[in-house]
Amino acid sequence: MGKRDLWLIGGLLLLAAALFLSSWLLGRPGAYAVVRVDGREVARYALTQNGTYELNGGTNYLVIQDGAARITEADCPDRLCVRQGWISKAGQVITCLPNRLTVTVYGPDGGVDVYM
Amino acid sequence: MKKSRKVTVLALCASLAMVLSYVESLFPVFVAVPGVKLGLANIAVVFALYSLGFWEAGVVSLVRAVTLGLLFGNGASLLYSLAGACLSLAGMAALKKTGLFAPVSVSVAGGVLHNLGQIAMACLLLETNVFFYYLPYLILSGTLAGIAIGLLAGYLVRRIRISP
Repeated sequence: MGKRDLWLIGGLLLLAAALFLSSWLLGRPGAYAVVRVDGREVARYALTQNGTYELNGGTNYLVIQDGAARITEADCPDRLCVRQGWISKAGQVITCLPNRLTVTVYGPDGGVDVYM
Repeated sequence: MKKSRKVTVLALCASLAMVLSYVESLFPVFVAVPGVKLGLANIAVVFALYSLGFWEAGVVSLVRAVTLGLLFGNGASLLYSLAGACLSLAGMAALKKTGLFAPVSVSVAGGVLHNLGQIAMACLLLETNVFFYYLPYLILSGTLAGIAIGLLAGYLVRRIRISP
């Protein structure tokens, strides 16, 4: 491993750190959680409305509490969507690739302020 | 290299890649980001790239992606996997071709590009823009996994002589 390799690896790590930092600094509180299956919006919940919702005919369950959303149940084997935890900032996403489902948080104006 | 020997080594690499992918799927996933994994199978692909050549590495990578997709995945996961494999291999071959970098860098490029290819395909299929949201995770995990895989593969390339 030579100097060039260290530069390449160091550069990539710096890039990742910069991206993490910018998403942390630019994140704004969200207002809605939008559920999409295959890219089509199937449901939209205000983050102020606490509750548990069945998604996609029961493949996933969404819980909204105190301005944040998370998936609590999933029928897929890896259950990555459950482990992605709570999301509350505009632009944050939970994805469930096996069920082709995403939950995206949007800001008060309905649009995403920044994708990061 | 004799053709029969080449075919045998190629088959060995492809089956190793399959087994490594399977073994990896038995480990619990420790990062909750889709597409993030260690990429053990890339050991076989990097080894093939250095010891056999570009097309051979392509065969190893494609055989792994297709067989694993058919055995354990579904149509969507096969597409994610193929997108990752193609982008990864193209990037690794290009970086190797420059002759400036060690196998570690080649493997790092492969790891990062595999992640990016998979998530880009997922974005296309799901028609959502999660690409930039996951980008930092994918770059970080691809780099770290790539270092480990690259060191291992580089060691194997030096140690295992398959010619004449």
